[in-house]
Amino acid sequence: MAARTSLYDRHVAAGARMVEFGGFDMPLQYTTIRDEHIAVRTRCGLFDLSHMGEVRISGDAALDAVQRLVTNDVSRLDVGGALYSVMCNEAGGIVDDVIVYREPGGYMVVINAACRAKDVAWMRRHTGEAPFADLSDDLALLAVQGPHAVALVARMAADDVAGVEPFHFKDTSVAGVHAAVSRTGYTGEDGFELYVDAPDAPGLWDALLEAGAPEGMIPCGLGARDTLRLEAGLRLYGQDMDDSTDPYSCALGWTVKPGKGEFIGSAALAGIDRAHPPRRFVGLVPEGRAIARHGQTVLAGGRPAGEITSGTYSFTLERSIATASLDGDVPADAELSIEIRGTIAAAAVVPLPFYRRPKGA
Amino acid sequence: MADLSAYRFTASHEWVRVDGSTATVGITDHAQAQLGDVIFLELPEVGAALTAGARFGAIESVKAASDLYAPASGTVAEVNAALTDHPELVNSDPYGEGWMIRLEDASPAGNLMDEAGYSALVGS
Repeated sequence: MAARTSLYDRHVAAGARMVEFGGFDMPLQYTTIRDEHIAVRTRCGLFDLSHMGEVRISGDAALDAVQRLVTNDVSRLDVGGALYSVMCNEAGGIVDDVIVYREPGGYMVVINAACRAKDVAWMRRHTGEAPFADLSDDLALLAVQGPHAVALVARMAADDVAGVEPFHFKDTSVAGVHAAVSRTGYTGEDGFELYVDAPDAPGLWDALLEAGAPEGMIPCGLGARDTLRLEAGLRLYGQDMDDSTDPYSCALGWTVKPGKGEFIGSAALAGIDRAHPPRRFVGLVPEGRAIARHGQTVLAGGRPAGEITSGTYSFTLERSIATASLDGDVPADAELSIEIRGTIAAAAVVPLPFYRRPKGA
Repeated sequence: MADLSAYRFTASHEWVRVDGSTATVGITDHAQAQLGDVIFLELPEVGAALTAGARFGAIESVKAASDLYAPASGTVAEVNAALTDHPELVNSDPYGEGWMIRLEDASPAGNLMDEAGYSALVGS
């Protein structure tokens, strides 16, 4: 049976359509994906992301341990800072994509729900002396995202959080609930992610919805989360990358810092030509309104040359969008098309992200 | 709740409402709920000849794409043009404004269900 977050009863009471995701019964949508997507782009949306996993690596050996585990350079993080990274295996394949938070006593690493068992086993094996704790069952994660999100949370927080920079966090309280308030998200909008003790989540959920209702904040499910993240050009582990994908091949080479010293996978990654990785990750705009789906074949000059990693309908651009993993030798100017359910749709390569929020919004 | 006494249903979740020799076709509320946000419909052109039980088009939602099967034979007399710009009408009003095509000289398939039969099928 699928696990439940501490907000499960709230979702059911709100009439959410529930689906299994990453081993959890999660809300797919409360109203429609379209309404929830537009709420986040124009107003504000509230997400339960408590299925995500969190681990803590602490003590004097924590820095060395985390540096070995992830490809990015966490030594440049001050307390209160965060960064996005991938974690690789010895062959340079991506075990998971993560966010690393620098805390006073060490690091908290946020991992994907579907990868939790694999990640925890992997990280325990490679953290050596450093104390390691799996906090996933103890913590809930709420995301408040959209143009009104920062002002809303700032009104409810005990300390100034509007001044918290992107990829930074502050320990404070929101609606009387102790929370790590992080200026991060997975939607392409400004906003916060709030890490709280799981039993506190329902009270905070209610308080946020009540405070946000006048500005049109609504609860949003994983359906909108997926359409929002794809417009924003953000990867989904298990779909856009997996244990056999190296970071350069999914355009995440910027998270790899070879200069920081040895880490797991560094030798394998050093053998890859960064400018010509085995695969090329691109954004595609298919002609017509049919949606390209994960696993469908991409053709270059009519011959199979890769596959769709993610595809959806962009409610913001009002057209079909997709990302694809192409064979490394496909020329940049190749004529691409996608085989969508037996029909060939021409597709133009476009730069990622598909959507970037307006400046100052 | 819509009055569905004049509607007949397929096991593949289309409905047909026959008025004399004209038949209107759409998909059921159960089907739209399963699909979620409809974003695209591939429908036949006016004048196309449909055969009951054969594929006549496709419907695509954010979540999935499915084929549509004709609940009646006949000639396409009208296609719901509103669905081109507002495919979400299939979600909001599947038995009304979300209709898809109208057939002339319609002859319904022999194995259609009435409302009670269809409700029993989908367990609602």
